[in-house]
Amino acid sequence: MSAPPLLEVADLEMRFGGLIAVDQLSLTAAAREITAIIGPNGAGKTTLFNCLTGFYRPTGGRMVLHHPNGALALDRMDGYRIAARANVVRTFQNIRLFPGMTVLENLLVAQHNTLMRASSFSLAGLFGLARFRRAERAALERARDWLARVDLLDVADLAAGTLPYGAQRRLEIARAMCADPVLLCLDEPAAGLNARESSALGALLLEIRAEQAIGILLIEHDMSVVMGVSDHVIVLDHGRKIADGAPAAVRHDAAVIKAYLGEDDDAALPPAVAADLRAGQGGA
Amino acid sequence: MPSAVDRLAVRGAGQLAGRLRDAAAAAFVTLVLALPLVGLRTVDQGGALVLETRWDWVAIGVAAVFVGRLALGLFAHLRLRVPRVVPRVAQGVAMPWLAWAVAGFAVALPFLPFADRYVIDLGTTLLIYVMLGWGLNVVVGLAGLLDLGYVAFYAVGAYAYALLALNFSLSFWICLPLAGLLAALFGIALGFPVLRLRGDYLAIVTLGFGEMVRIILINWQSLTNGPNGLPSIPRPSFFGLPFERAPAEGTTSFHQFFGLDFAPEHRLIFLYLLILALALLTNVFVLRLRRLPLGRAWEALREDEIACRALGINPTNVKLSAFAIGAMLGGFAGAFFATRQGFISPESFTFIESATIVAIVVLGGMGSQIGVVLAAAFLVLLPEIGREFAQFRMLVFGLAMILIMIWRPQGLLGHREPTVRLGRAAAPRP
Repeated sequence: MSAPPLLEVADLEMRFGGLIAVDQLSLTAAAREITAIIGPNGAGKTTLFNCLTGFYRPTGGRMVLHHPNGALALDRMDGYRIAARANVVRTFQNIRLFPGMTVLENLLVAQHNTLMRASSFSLAGLFGLARFRRAERAALERARDWLARVDLLDVADLAAGTLPYGAQRRLEIARAMCADPVLLCLDEPAAGLNARESSALGALLLEIRAEQAIGILLIEHDMSVVMGVSDHVIVLDHGRKIADGAPAAVRHDAAVIKAYLGEDDDAALPPAVAADLRAGQGGA
Repeated sequence: MPSAVDRLAVRGAGQLAGRLRDAAAAAFVTLVLALPLVGLRTVDQGGALVLETRWDWVAIGVAAVFVGRLALGLFAHLRLRVPRVVPRVAQGVAMPWLAWAVAGFAVALPFLPFADRYVIDLGTTLLIYVMLGWGLNVVVGLAGLLDLGYVAFYAVGAYAYALLALNFSLSFWICLPLAGLLAALFGIALGFPVLRLRGDYLAIVTLGFGEMVRIILINWQSLTNGPNGLPSIPRPSFFGLPFERAPAEGTTSFHQFFGLDFAPEHRLIFLYLLILALALLTNVFVLRLRRLPLGRAWEALREDEIACRALGINPTNVKLSAFAIGAMLGGFAGAFFATRQGFISPESFTFIESATIVAIVVLGGMGSQIGVVLAAAFLVLLPEIGREFAQFRMLVFGLAMILIMIWRPQGLLGHREPTVRLGRAAAPRP
């Protein structure tokens, strides 16, 4: 049998009082793959991310990450430890940068734990020991590398909050990559981007997948990005998984179409998606 | 059909009526408040308490409010234009020359011709506030945790120094780090219960903590001598040489050792230079920390705690370290305060002190080191200059604060210098 997938979620359940936001959800995500999670608004996608990254403690089920250093039970870890030890790093639907700090500083904060260890919790840093200076140079080099990739080198010394929206989205992804993820969770990275920026984002994600041995979980409403980059699509509706498979298979799935379109009313669907779905059906 | 001019006049009359109503309402509120507060007054008449009425004062007050409110409404369009708060941009002009000029002046001050006892003493007070401001800047300016009880750590440092020096006769240089350490422990002790709090809630709890420490100092008679305070705290010596006209048998005093005539200014100048050295050390320490991962994490925590957690930063450690280091610096300042005064009592550590230090940090521009110096100078020197105004000086002081907050809401120097720049820090790749 082959190695286990990077992430295994089994029977995950998240209740808020009487509301079941995530209901008996099981899914897997593999390393070197982009797994898209789609579904109508309120389907429980972001709740799933919040459980995975320790912002919520799930009310039931298991989440296991097969980290290179050994399997970790995410449901028993909390808060910052999931990012620090399990290397599950996320971005946010409404961008959360450090707006008053510069772009470069944002990327250095992401490397906090590595740098903190190198600075012996500030002692080596205070006296400017060579060990710390080396680590800092390496961190800067890494930040510079990611800035070049997301095309933000020119604005490295500007406050992050002053960047245009699209640049802030790219910076948030670069910052997450600087935090050394094993599993990268992107919450609607294409929201608010124009068509050109969205396709650049897709290219960036494919590049990351090709170069890094990490898994990517992608929540996205922009179907052109989802269909263009994902290896695997999971569809949620009302907290349950209603479809799971290759992008082409999912878009023809009757349950998916029903979730998006309703029984016989396609007003709920963005026109572009409706047209896309119809074209897909026609082609089949 | 009414003409345009008529309609304009009607609208003007309507506006006037509205303003009159508004002024009348303000005058009514004044009347209700002034009747008991101003109108009635108790006077002592031959041992008996008699109620005296002052309706004329009430009438004057109500009329003044009515006219003033009406004038404010009518001339609203002439009001001061308040500049919009500009977002803090990382780029801007740094002012290293200003910092060096201020530091140079501070070192030279005691040797300048106009530096008499009063000037040096005032300079020492100012530097204590500068040091406190720099210490609190770590907590408020960098980590963004509004601490309204900072004076508690100042008090812990002062009492720790005084008690150690009085009970164990330890020297200043041994007591100083111990006082700082004890204050840092208090900082952590305060930090733990308030880890989950932010903003207003944190401010209220820290305010309570500051008061608690003061009240404990008043009531713990056996240790702190209560409200009477601790007298005759040992003065620091110049590396073992005391500043005394007639030193004790077997010791040499400072002026004898250097063959100078005895002058009481020697100790003052020494104290001034000592606090200057402590303050500059604090400054270097904080500036250095700010450029380290810990300092960046403080600022990141101020900007967005949730993003910090998502990047694997432990918010507990970051907050506690900010509290501990801020408290330690406050403790150092407290130890110096105790040795300079020679006498401390809980009265020196009231809430107004905390408020002054917070005002210094906010006024200076949160996180700006040189801004703290300017604000401390403003807050310490202005009341001194205002001494001629006697009882009105706090009024003048308050007015000046309001004006500054209107014209420079981001603080005197609200500019943030990045901790690292790409151009300078990393050499371009080959």
